[in-house]
Amino acid sequence: MEFMKTNIIQATLLTLCCIVFFCGVYTAVVWGIAQFSSNNGKGEIINYRISNGTLKYGFVNVGQSFTANKYFWSRPSAANYNAAGSTGSNKGPSNPDYLKQVKATIDTFLVHNPSVKKSDIPVEMVTASGSGLDPHISPKAAMIQVARIAKVRNISEEDLKLLVNNHIEKPLLGMFGPERINVLKLNIALDEMKSTLICSKKN
Amino acid sequence: MNTEITGVILMFIATIALAIPFGKYIAKVYAGERTFLDPVFNRVEKFFFRISRIDPNKEMNWKQHLVTLLTINLIWFLFGMLMLMNQRWLPLNPDGNPSMTPDCAFNTTVSFVSNTNLQHYSGETGVSYLGQLILQLFQFISAGTGMAAVAVVFCALKERTADKLGNFYNFFIKSCTRILLPISFVVAIILVFNGTPMTFKGKDTIISLQGDTVHVSRGPAASMIAIKQVGTNGGGFYGANSAHPLENPTYLTNVVENISIILISIALVFALGFYLKRKKLALMIFGVMIIGVLIFLIPTIIQEMKGNSAIAKMGIDQTAGSMEGKEVRLGSAASAYWSIITTVTSNGSVNAMHDSFTPLSGMFIMLGMMINSFFGGVGVGFLNFYIFIIIAVFISGLMVGRTPEFLGKKVEAREMKIAMIIFLLHPLLILSGTALSSYVIHIHPGLPWLNNPGYHGFSEMLYEYTSSSANNGSGFEGLGDTPSVFWNITCGFVMLVSRFLPIIGPVAIAGLLAKKKYIPESAGTLKADTVTFGIMVFAVIAILVALSFFTALALGPIAEYFSK
Repeated sequence: MEFMKTNIIQATLLTLCCIVFFCGVYTAVVWGIAQFSSNNGKGEIINYRISNGTLKYGFVNVGQSFTANKYFWSRPSAANYNAAGSTGSNKGPSNPDYLKQVKATIDTFLVHNPSVKKSDIPVEMVTASGSGLDPHISPKAAMIQVARIAKVRNISEEDLKLLVNNHIEKPLLGMFGPERINVLKLNIALDEMKSTLICSKKN
Repeated sequence: MNTEITGVILMFIATIALAIPFGKYIAKVYAGERTFLDPVFNRVEKFFFRISRIDPNKEMNWKQHLVTLLTINLIWFLFGMLMLMNQRWLPLNPDGNPSMTPDCAFNTTVSFVSNTNLQHYSGETGVSYLGQLILQLFQFISAGTGMAAVAVVFCALKERTADKLGNFYNFFIKSCTRILLPISFVVAIILVFNGTPMTFKGKDTIISLQGDTVHVSRGPAASMIAIKQVGTNGGGFYGANSAHPLENPTYLTNVVENISIILISIALVFALGFYLKRKKLALMIFGVMIIGVLIFLIPTIIQEMKGNSAIAKMGIDQTAGSMEGKEVRLGSAASAYWSIITTVTSNGSVNAMHDSFTPLSGMFIMLGMMINSFFGGVGVGFLNFYIFIIIAVFISGLMVGRTPEFLGKKVEAREMKIAMIIFLLHPLLILSGTALSSYVIHIHPGLPWLNNPGYHGFSEMLYEYTSSSANNGSGFEGLGDTPSVFWNITCGFVMLVSRFLPIIGPVAIAGLLAKKKYIPESAGTLKADTVTFGIMVFAVIAILVALSFFTALALGPIAEYFSK
């Protein structure tokens, strides 16, 4: 009984120490160091002008929904790119409803991109990401959208291909992991490209 | 060579290369030898012990160890319930998230105290920042508990004939401050400088380039994500866990997080070798475990890189593999790698949605949790493996007609009974839980539980109980478990039982064996540090687990695979 009593007191006091140290001190030190990171640990941001010309910002690492024909599309998302939450579709590989949905996404893609062959559509453009906030697509997924965007924006396909190539993020140290393109950065550059073209025409 | 494959090989080699020196360090910590962190932490620990009126040199026997362990865990449980059920009006709640319901608070507290981190809530909306900090505390101390238990067993294996086996609080605090904290700190700093938020500012509202208004959850994420990986906890800051681009922003952070998932679990095996000065024994254990991991790892990577056969039939380009539920920056190979590493250990964080993996990958993921001892959770993984060693010692003893002995101690009826009860507990909890939920969904087919029909729906339920009983915490997240009292209570019960009995059992066996008379090795001794015995242990694991779970797996993933 005496052992239990001292035990409970010791355990409670030690728990209090742990609360102070692991909730408080550890968190505070990491937070303090985070003040030296980009945007003080509040998430890396990037500025852009939206269609009415006002300056806004977004998060580099949080994907945005791009569904308009004039932009490079991002991947399908089960969270609709609203980063107040995050989720995948959690559809099983053999679920018949899910497979129908994938087929419908392929068909929609083909309608909007009539020059693209079905066998060239990369799988990530018709499947939802794990977070629903995937900021990336593969270089190939961007390339097959070039024809559509060239037509809508009246820019040459060569210029667009160059733009895509310039935005390919290489694997880690050139050796590890897949190549990818940040869709938000690419589309910001795309908007800027259009405005410089218009400027040069005016001159 | 494919850069996705090289990435996976990098992670594998780097992990083992780091685990060996780190194991040596852990052995020193538990043996009480000098380490380079002494100047900092000696004072901190002394201060803790003075405030708590603990004498860290007062040794305990195995029963006292267990009583102490259970008492402090009970206090944590009560504290956690209290905080989570009142978080709405407590400080640090900028997003105004509600308090948890009693059943959800029960599930969450048990989940985090038991090192499981099954999450029946979503981080963005279900907990306040204070709640997240409390959960972060549990991620340290629950991992520390498991490691303290394994330190007691190490101590028991070392002594020739002993009753006293060190001080629990000493092992516990040292595990937290000397082992978990330094790595967590390094990982947190790497995350912070690669894009993971660490702020107390609430949700941000932004206008997207296309003109949509969206919200972005932030928070003090980096510190929690680090310990969630290092302590085999797995509970993420955001709902999508490490698939979330703020929780795991780059391929580099993925490598770092993935290494830290399994680093301590592997290092503890080497630590055993250094601590007992039996390197061959450690190599035997490492060999069995790593072969087991590779048997799951290789086919899973192949399956996921090959992609979903049903989508292949639609005629699109599937060179990227099975991408449903996966992120482009990580790719299918690194996602498959993570899925196995996180389930052979009891981590349970995910960087891709397991529910959408191809059927056979789903089976290997579940098998990792069903065995739960190929490295396993920090500390507890070795305790589970210890049970298999005891069973293997006993069976091989009977086979060659000698008294079963392990490290100079006779294994007798009492130890064997405990070992068998602990082994049988895992299949009992998983299978009866799955049977119960299958029955409930059979009589109430309208319940919104299953996100997928048929065999895959059954797999979702089987996975949930497997994950709970293995203290893993990952899920086939399509399962509608979030607002459900049924899942909160049943999974909470399973996690509770499957956490503490498998700690009590091995510590009791080790304590009982430590008290017995030491028998010096002779020509008749069964040698534990040989390849033959390694094969024996592997065979025992394979046969026992196959017998326990094959039928359930046949109804789920195997049936799904063959029915396409």
